[in-house]
Order: sequence, then C-alpha cells, then structure tokens
Amino acid sequence: MKKIILAVAFLYAATAVSAQSERYMAAMKNNIAAIDTSFRNPANLLSLANNFERIANAEKNQWLPYYYAALCQVNYAYMEQDKSKIDAIADKATLLIDKADSLSPDNSEISCVKSMIASSHMMVNPMQRYMEYGAEINLHLDAAMKQDPNNPRPEYLKGQGLKYTPEQFGGGCATAKPVLQASLDKYNAFKPASELHPNWGKQRVELLLGECK
Amino acid sequence: MMKRALLLLTLFTGLKLGAQTRVLGKITDNRGNPVAGVSITLKSSYDGATSDSLGNFSFTSAEKGKQIIEASIVGYRPFSQEVTLGSAELLVNISMKELVTELKAVVISAGSFVASDKNKGAVLNAIDIVTTPSANGDVTSAFKTLPGTQQVGESEGLFVRGGSATESKIYMDGNLVNNFFYSSTPGIATRGRFNPFLFKGTIFSSGGYSALYGQALSSALILESKDLPDRTEADLAISVVGLGGGIQKLAKNKKASWGISYNYTNLWLAFKFNKYKQDFYTIPEYHQGDANFRIKTKSGGMIKYYGYISSNKTAFRNPDIDSAVLKDAFSINNLNTYQNINWRDNLGNGWRLNAGISFSTNKDDILNELQDASNNKTLITTPIFYAFKNFQVQNRALYAQARAVAEKKLNGLNTIRFGSDYFYSKEKSTYILYDGTRFPGTVKDNLVSVFAEADIYITNSLAAKLGSRLEHSDLVGKWNLAPRASIAYKFADNSQASFAYGLFYQNPERRYLPALASLDYSRAAHYILQYQKLTSQRTFRVEAFYKKYSDLYKTTVSLGGQEAASSNNGFGDAKGVELFWRDRKTFKDVDYWISYSYLDTKRDYLNYPYAITPSFAANHTASLVVKRFVVPWKTGFNLSYSFATGRPYYRIAYDNAQSKYVITDAGKTINYNSMSFSVNYLPALGKKNPKVFTVWVLGVNNVLGQNQVFNYNYSNDGSRKVPVTPPSKRFIFIGCFLSFGVDRTQDAINNNL
Repeated sequence: MKKIILAVAFLYAATAVSAQSERYMAAMKNNIAAIDTSFRNPANLLSLANNFERIANAEKNQWLPYYYAALCQVNYAYMEQDKSKIDAIADKATLLIDKADSLSPDNSEISCVKSMIASSHMMVNPMQRYMEYGAEINLHLDAAMKQDPNNPRPEYLKGQGLKYTPEQFGGGCATAKPVLQASLDKYNAFKPASELHPNWGKQRVELLLGECK
Repeated sequence: MMKRALLLLTLFTGLKLGAQTRVLGKITDNRGNPVAGVSITLKSSYDGATSDSLGNFSFTSAEKGKQIIEASIVGYRPFSQEVTLGSAELLVNISMKELVTELKAVVISAGSFVASDKNKGAVLNAIDIVTTPSANGDVTSAFKTLPGTQQVGESEGLFVRGGSATESKIYMDGNLVNNFFYSSTPGIATRGRFNPFLFKGTIFSSGGYSALYGQALSSALILESKDLPDRTEADLAISVVGLGGGIQKLAKNKKASWGISYNYTNLWLAFKFNKYKQDFYTIPEYHQGDANFRIKTKSGGMIKYYGYISSNKTAFRNPDIDSAVLKDAFSINNLNTYQNINWRDNLGNGWRLNAGISFSTNKDDILNELQDASNNKTLITTPIFYAFKNFQVQNRALYAQARAVAEKKLNGLNTIRFGSDYFYSKEKSTYILYDGTRFPGTVKDNLVSVFAEADIYITNSLAAKLGSRLEHSDLVGKWNLAPRASIAYKFADNSQASFAYGLFYQNPERRYLPALASLDYSRAAHYILQYQKLTSQRTFRVEAFYKKYSDLYKTTVSLGGQEAASSNNGFGDAKGVELFWRDRKTFKDVDYWISYSYLDTKRDYLNYPYAITPSFAANHTASLVVKRFVVPWKTGFNLSYSFATGRPYYRIAYDNAQSKYVITDAGKTINYNSMSFSVNYLPALGKKNPKVFTVWVLGVNNVLGQNQVFNYNYSNDGSRKVPVTPPSKRFIFIGCFLSFGVDRTQDAINNNL
C-alpha cells in the first residue's frame, strides 16, 4: 500500500511536472504564434508583453519569457506615436531584458534586444541622441555577432538600421544590401534550438531586400 | 488497488483541470478615468489579462482559494490585493494611484531657462550654445538671445532684468567662478574663459533662483561639466584666431578618463580680415591650457577634476578725448588659474552627496598712459586731470571655496537638500598714481553660508520648492537670511503656471572697497509669474516680474581719487514682461526662436544723483534665431537678429560748489540692430568610420554692418562726447575643427591608440 501510494504520489508529481512544462510549452507557443499577428497592433503587443511577463514571473528561471516580454515591449515602444512616452516603455523593456540577461549571460539574442532598446531611445530625438545611442546600438550588435556568429538577427537589425539612415549619413540601400543579404544567408541555414527559441525576422529581411532591388 | 490509485490520480488531475473561475473588473485612476494597458496577474500563475481602452479586463483561472491579484503599469504605483477564488465569477475593480514621476510632474520653472539634452524642462540643447551665430561659441552669449538679458556690447557679463553684470554670478558644478570672463578692457567686451564643450548642461536663471546659490542680486548661471566622454578622442582646431589641440582618453573599462588641451589665440590674422578702430600695439595673445580627470565611483557617483591656466596680454590706444593730438594707451597682462574638484555620490538609502573644492588666482597688471603723436609717454600736469591718465593698477586675487550639499530623496520626487559653503577671498589691489604714489589696499573676506531646500510634489500637477539661505560675510559683519519659494501648477492641457519669490543679498564690489563707512548687504526681492506651454516641438512662455532693490551701494570719491562705497542708501526697482517662443515644427527642418523683453527700471546707486534708468537698460529688447540643417549639403545655416531700443547715457560729474554729483548731460543712443550669420559644414557626416571628423565654420557678426552705439564717453569738461562703438564693424571668423578617433567601437579605438 505504502509503495503504491508512493508510486502514485511520484506519478502524480511527474505528471504535475510534465503538466507544468506542457503548460509552459503551450502557453509560450500560443503567445509566440500571436506575435506575428499582433505586430502592427500596439494594444495587442502590450497585452502579449504582459502575458510573457506573467509566464516569466511564474517560472522565474526561464530566460525566454523575459526575452519575449522585452521584445514585445520594445516593439510596442517603436509603435508609440507620442515620443515623450517612449523612454519609459524602453526602460520597462530594459528591466525585462536585464532579467533575461542574468538568467542567460552572453546571449546573442538578448544583445539584439538590447540594441533594439537603444534604438528606441534614439528615436525620441535622433539628431541629439545619435552620438550616445548610436554607439550603444553598435556595441550590442557587435557583441551579438561575436556571441553567435550564426545568428542572422544582428545583421538583420544592422541592415535595417542602415537602410533607414539617410544616404548622406552613410546609410541607404547600397550599404544596407550586402548586410541584409548576409543576414538572409544565415536565416537560410538557421535552426532554432527549440520551437520556443527566437526564430523571427526572415520575412522582414526578404521584404527589406525586395525594397532595395 | 491499482484502480484506486488511478481513481485518485484522475481525481487529482481532474481537480487541477477542473472548473475555471472568471475574474473581471475595471481599472480606473484616482479621478475615475479608465486606465488602459494595465497588466493584471494572479500572482505566481500564468493567469491574467491586460486592460482594454475602457479599463475593462477579464480572464479565467483554474486556481482556487486564497490568491493575490496584482496590477501594474508604467507610471502607476503597483497594486496588489488578496482575493478568494471560488466557483462564482469574481468582480475586482481596481483604482490605480499615479506615481509622481519626473516625466509627468510639473516643472518648477519660474525664472529659469535650462539648456540640456536630458532635462525635460530644457529650452535649449547643449549644441544650441555653439550654433547660435551671435554667440561665437561663447558660453554666456547664447543666453543673450533669451528674454531678460540686455544687448550690452561695451562690457562683458550678463545684464539681467535691470541688474548690472556684477549682479550675475556664474557657478561651475556648484562652485562660484570668479573671473569667468577675461579681465575687462575699456569699451571692449571680453569673452568667457571656458570652452562651451566642457559643459553638458546649463541653467540660466533670470531671477528667483534656488537657495543653493547666493551673492547675486539678479541672476545665476549654473554650469554643469561633462561626465565621462563617450570615447577616446583627439581634437585639433585651426582658425583665424589661433590654434588649439587636446586629447581625451577614456579608460578601457569606461570607468575613468583624463584629458588635456592647449589653445593659443592670436588675433593677428583676424586683424587682417577685420578693421579695428583701436590701434592695437600689442595684438591680443592668449595661452590657455587645461587638464581634467573623471572617475566613476563604485556606487555610481563621479569624481571630477578640472584645472585651468591662462595668460594673456593686449594693448591698444584710442585718441585722447580731451585733446586733438594726444592718445590714451591701455595695456593689460593677465594670469589666471582655476581648479575645481567635485565629488558626487550615492550614499545609499536615497542619500546623495555633492561636495567640491575650488581654488583660483588672478593677476592683472594694467598700465594706462597718455601718449603723444609719436606714441611716446607724456606727462602733463596742467591741467591736472591729464596727469591722472598716467596710472598703473596691480591686482592680485586669491579665492578658495569648499562646499557640500546632501540630498535625500523621500517618496516619489519629494526631496530635501541642505548644505554649507565656505568662500575665502583675498584681493590685493595697488593703484599707482602718475607720480609713483602707491595706494595699496587688501580686502579679505570669509563668507559662510548654510542653506536648506525642499522639493515638495503634492501631485503630478502641483509642486513647490521652498528654501532658505543664511549667510555671514566678515566684510559686512552681519548675518543675512534669504528665503526662496516657488510653486508650480500644471493644467490639464499640460501647460503650467509658476510663481517664484525670493530675497537675494550681495556684498559690495571689490572696486569700491575699502569702503568709506561700514556697510550692510545690498538686497533685492524678486516676484515672478510665469505661464509656459511645452511640447516636444514647441515652447511658449510668458513671464512677468517685479524686482525691488534696497540698500544698494552709493559711492563718493576717496582721497586717492578713486570711487569708494560710502553708504547703503541706494534703491531701485525693475518690472517687465517677457515672451519666448521656440518652434521646430511649423517649417520643415527649420528651428527658430523669438524672444522679447520689456523692461522698466530705475535705480539710484553708485554716483547717481537720483533714481534714473541705468545706461545698461533698454526698454525693449528682441532676438530672433533661425537654424536650418540641410542634410544633403551636410551644412547647417544659422542666423540671428537682435534688436534693442536705445539706451540712456549720462554725464555724471562731481559739482564742487554743491559738493555732490550732478547730471550735466543726458541722451539716448540710437536703436541697436545686429544680424549675425554662421555656416557649419560637416564633410565627414555619414562616412563610415571616418578617421577624421571635420567641422568647418564660417561666422560673420553684424553682417549688414549696422551702426551700433552702446554709450558715450565725455571729455573732462563735458564739452565733447564720443560714442562707444564696437571695436570693429564686422567680425569674420573662419575655423576648422577636427576630431580624430571617432570610431564607435571599443576595438577600433584600442587598435588606433
């Protein structure tokens, strides 16, 4: 009897754990799938960021939900029309990505989000903030390339930044194209570590390359 | 048995997957308005929702029993509440409390203009100071395009709201800077000594400034030096006025930096371009070196050192006003040092410390002589006033200051700060008469002050700053207590109104000491009312002020023929209205600002026989600054236009018969007009990792060559008057500034050096 109860308890614990991780997998998959559809809708992005943050806080030791929460927050910052609100949203994204960073140091994907946060700060006043945040963007992107040379996203972000920089400032399609092409090559060879790991941006690179033909 | 276990298991898991409870509610702020985007969470679970645009939310959860529901959003205090989840629907309405944050709170801005890249109340950016064409890269000159200041061209300094230049004091990282400008020369305004690129932020207060500062009846200019540089960099400057170079080295760990720079200024070439009315027999020449280090402390604080040394000389002659052939020759040699070390740090628990020590010396050797047609020294003793044109002045000054301010952040933005400041000065001045008679005089002072101030934020819309300053100067031998108060209220449309009041005390100027009687402090009371509307692209502000002066210093002629302070019987007042409008939106890529000041002031001080409008005060002053950067040309175009109505001038002479000063002649100068223009060309802009980043600058002051008269000088008998005009009609500046090592990445910097 004792054995059986123990066995049952064990079984229960095991199913609970797997239920837990199944629940994690399911929740993450749902929300990750939703990122693509809500990309152009600020309210949905914020709601997704909150979902990820909830998962992150409940799990506590997974870097991915913090990463996605920060990613959604920074995209939400990009969408924000009122420039005076951007810094506060970007600061919130920084809080989240720093937590991801402490769980998974020297992570190329996390460095990418850090560069995105710096560029959202820069957007508030590009002329004034270029010196400070321009340097920070490049610092994070360079780190991201070093941390994982196979990650296509640092080049994607770099190429995207170049494309939207005026030609007079050393940007434009001519300089962006080879960087974006390098990114696309890496996307074609890229295999995410799991279905929860970051695997976004390819379509956008193709779109940007298309615009640069 | 197995069956029972399975049953048990299904029972357990069944329970887990069982009935879901719906949780719903509405989120409002303290005024009952819905708050959208709030994250609502059942603590430690995945369950929650985000409130919609009406503040509504709903979600389902399988959790049961006692749970904690949390709500959070940027800018509001996090909310949490215990709830019990049963089978019934649970209604939770949440009221969120807005946090008083820097972003949302009203800015206490009465009387002050902030120039900074970070501060949200900023009216100017750091770069505006160097791109305002009339300023010629001079720190204080850009502020002359703001309301409240006068277009005084015959002497340096800021003349604010009816106050003289000596009523404006300049502080660097909290420490008073004496001799901020190069030593005065008659009729020619000198420049500030410091490079505008040293500073990251500036607060220009045209009245009602904080209790942290004192000894300025009118205005305080508060400069904040830069922290660590972004990168290691070397600079080189070549221009029509000289050569300069420097290096800033940032440590690999980005926690410390040091820098040195040297500048040599020689106006020889500028004199080829610009015609001067004075006959410069020693072409102005300046050597200037500085050094700095900056160290970031473990707790996020900063230790900064800045040291400066400069020597300069100039000499020029003007035709003597009393005779047809004689000349009046003036020469000055100056040596100045300034050192400032500043430490600010977080002490934990919301406490911050800001402490500093500064030390400076100044040495002036002035020689004035009467010269004949062939530029030889002449001594004429009849009439005797000619003899007084031969004199020497030797000034030796030493200043030391120590200062500490502690700050404690209470909840929200509420802050208290208090501190103390000790200022020592020893100014020795020897006046040598034509016959060699020496009149030496040393004035020493110990000035001690303690001050306290509180920032009180009642809500995001209502805030006050209350402070007080207690001072004791050995020179006066009395204590003074200066209360300061400002209050600001933000309206629903984000515009705001502020009011400021303050008492300000000041010691007599060194040049009128030693005094002929015991003196008290001179005093001014400020009342300022402001309305401001600030958006990211536009600034509008209107300010009205009233300033009452009392106990101003009166002077009489001492035995040595010098004017000396004799009583506190002076008085005066100033009132006015000022407007400021800056717009970066209406015209594409064009940024412009307009300022207008109306001033009505009268005072009786120094040797004035009665209350008159001082010669440095114009009734109406206006400025327009327009800037446009044309990206394809990599070129910035900047234009400024300043206008002021004529200023009064007087001949005040001592009437021996009445034994008092009288006005024997008076008038008003012509209106002042000046248009300045500058072009900045940045050829390296947009080049990828340029080895050299070059900025070409062309600047022309008074492009239209408009006649400007600042004042009149009178001959000894008053029969002749000569206008005081700028030394040259136009000033043309051409310069090239190069910086090396602009490469952004740390690796590139390390490889290059």
